[in-house]
Amino acid sequence: MSWTWFHRFGSPPHVYRLARRLTPWFAWPAALLILAGLYGGLVLAPPDYQQGDGFRMIYVHVPTAYLSIMIYTIMGVAAAVGLIWRMKVAHAVAASCAPIGASFTVAALATGSLFGKPMWGTYWAWDPRLTSELLLLFLYLGYLGLRSAFDDLQRADRASALLAVVGLVDVPIVHFSVVWWNSLHQGSSLLRLGGPTIYSPAMLAPLLMMICGFTLYFVAILLMRLRGEVLRRERAASWVKEALAT
Amino acid sequence: MNATAAALPSREDIPSALDVAGLALMRDLRLAFRKRDEIAQPLAFFAVVTTLFPLAITPELPRLREIAPGVLWVAALLAALLALEHLFRDDARDGTLEQYALCGRSLTWLLYAKTAAHWILTGLPLALVAPFAGMALGAPVHALGGIVITLAIGTFALSLIGAISAALTLGTRRGGMLLSLLTLPLAVPILIFGAQATDLAMRARGFAAPLELLAAFAVLGVTLAPLAAAAAVRISLE
Amino acid sequence: MSELSLRGENLHVWRGERHVLRGLALSVSSGEVLQVTGANGAGKTSLLRALCGLLHLEAGRISWGGRDVREDLAGFHASLAYLGHEPPLKADLTASENIRYWVGLRRRVKSPDIAQSLEAVDAPGLGDRLVRTLSAGQRRRVALAGLLLLAAPLWLLDEPTTHLDAAGQQLVGRLIEQHVRAGGLAVTAVHHEIAVNSERIRRLELARG
Repeated sequence: MSWTWFHRFGSPPHVYRLARRLTPWFAWPAALLILAGLYGGLVLAPPDYQQGDGFRMIYVHVPTAYLSIMIYTIMGVAAAVGLIWRMKVAHAVAASCAPIGASFTVAALATGSLFGKPMWGTYWAWDPRLTSELLLLFLYLGYLGLRSAFDDLQRADRASALLAVVGLVDVPIVHFSVVWWNSLHQGSSLLRLGGPTIYSPAMLAPLLMMICGFTLYFVAILLMRLRGEVLRRERAASWVKEALAT
Repeated sequence: MNATAAALPSREDIPSALDVAGLALMRDLRLAFRKRDEIAQPLAFFAVVTTLFPLAITPELPRLREIAPGVLWVAALLAALLALEHLFRDDARDGTLEQYALCGRSLTWLLYAKTAAHWILTGLPLALVAPFAGMALGAPVHALGGIVITLAIGTFALSLIGAISAALTLGTRRGGMLLSLLTLPLAVPILIFGAQATDLAMRARGFAAPLELLAAFAVLGVTLAPLAAAAAVRISLE
Repeated sequence: MSELSLRGENLHVWRGERHVLRGLALSVSSGEVLQVTGANGAGKTSLLRALCGLLHLEAGRISWGGRDVREDLAGFHASLAYLGHEPPLKADLTASENIRYWVGLRRRVKSPDIAQSLEAVDAPGLGDRLVRTLSAGQRRRVALAGLLLLAAPLWLLDEPTTHLDAAGQQLVGRLIEQHVRAGGLAVTAVHHEIAVNSERIRRLELARG
């Protein structure tokens, strides 16, 4: 099987070995950053003068929300690469991203909802960010649903890749329309899921640590999933037996 | 036997792009009129769904008037989703979709014609029937024109977007439910601006702003969606 | 008319996880018929669809008239006519309407042409019948009538004799023969070779696995 005309990142055994080597480099720093961020945010940072301790939700909510969007973007780009250059590894990356992204979206919704209760008194509010997150979750679910609807892996890859690309184009449009929709009915209650209005360095530093930590965590999980995905797709190839023996 | 088997058609013989689109359009229209129930069903569905809301909420017209735009749009959206299932289904099954992909003309252009035919057969009738449903939900008479216009543009944009998901789900067993799940998030902008435009029309306020945005989406859909749908069709033929 | 040729070199095609075509090579020129035989699942249909450009080639290239088909796929498509397992006809249109909407995408056809074509396939008078009311054999003949009108030099036919009686099978052989005699090319995928009265027949047998 000649992979010679692919860029070397298109080579599954290469990607597998690379992923295996790199995972700890992401996993440990991720753990450290998250722990440090949690300590800094939940313990060290002073309560906000306006929202008290309620603002601390941003330390989990913001990273998960940011990642849910970033993962969708990565998924869309990987899907586009797989679609245009027919790289199977790119499809494997997109397939690995989807469940992780969906999980982060659920986490963002859950944290937004849980921490919203003390803030506004309800578990759910149709503010632009939460609504956009919800629609993003539907996009992820649609992608996963389309994937599982095909028996043929190649069809599943290509169809879901096209969906991911279309979705990627649609995400800004959806977000824009949701913001517009929400602004129309602004009035009685300001439901924006914002954080404190004034950020002190003591508040910001842990937040940045959490964002970086979660991003590294995502990469670590992605690498692990990617390895499994590559193994599953290439299980008939000879290099797999050698790789699993070591 | 007629023309030499191995000679390519001469230049005058080759139909123009407009002819080709016209042929595809006429074929689908003619087919639909032979199987009239496919036109009638989405309309009946729309009527039924619209009826459900007063039954489920209240018979009081003032309250219904409040929610009328939303009801009309959701019902139209659901009816359109139902109709999308048969946009490509038959052609994929009998091999004519394949022939479209192999005829040497732009598949994007052919799909545009197919989608236009689909809108004429489903979206446009919905838009024309909607005023009646609107009146049943308490819409004032002056709003009826606005309802038709907003729903006409909206269903057109929906047909375009829906063509993508209809093509993507070709060959899957779950078809309908998955089709809806894929189309709805993509259709949210259309729903938001369309319902807002209809709402403003019902309040006798100028609804130009959201209507323009809706029309902008329709234009965007026209240019991009058939491209994506053609790519999806090619993927389904692999 | 210039010499036309279809060549496939080192064709590799995967269907899902199956390596269906491995390094296949073939060549057909103007006036020749290539009959591809093989058991079910050997890849005959995949080969034809790959030659059309419907299936993706993992490796290898297909050239038409010396040029890689990927350079001008639309032009290549305009030169070929593909008939799959099932005749590409809409059940709710008449035979004539079907042909008009199918062939009409490529070249303008008039009613006399359609009628003449239906006669050429021994199916006169079927023109105004709804395809839904036709038998499988009759549908096959209507598809062949359309094939004739497409006026494409390259014919790619997948099991063209399915549902046809003995007379019908002879008809197919005759049509192919007339086609290649006029300078056309034909690639057929068949279980059993079609009897074509021509000296220039190439054969390709696909083995399974």
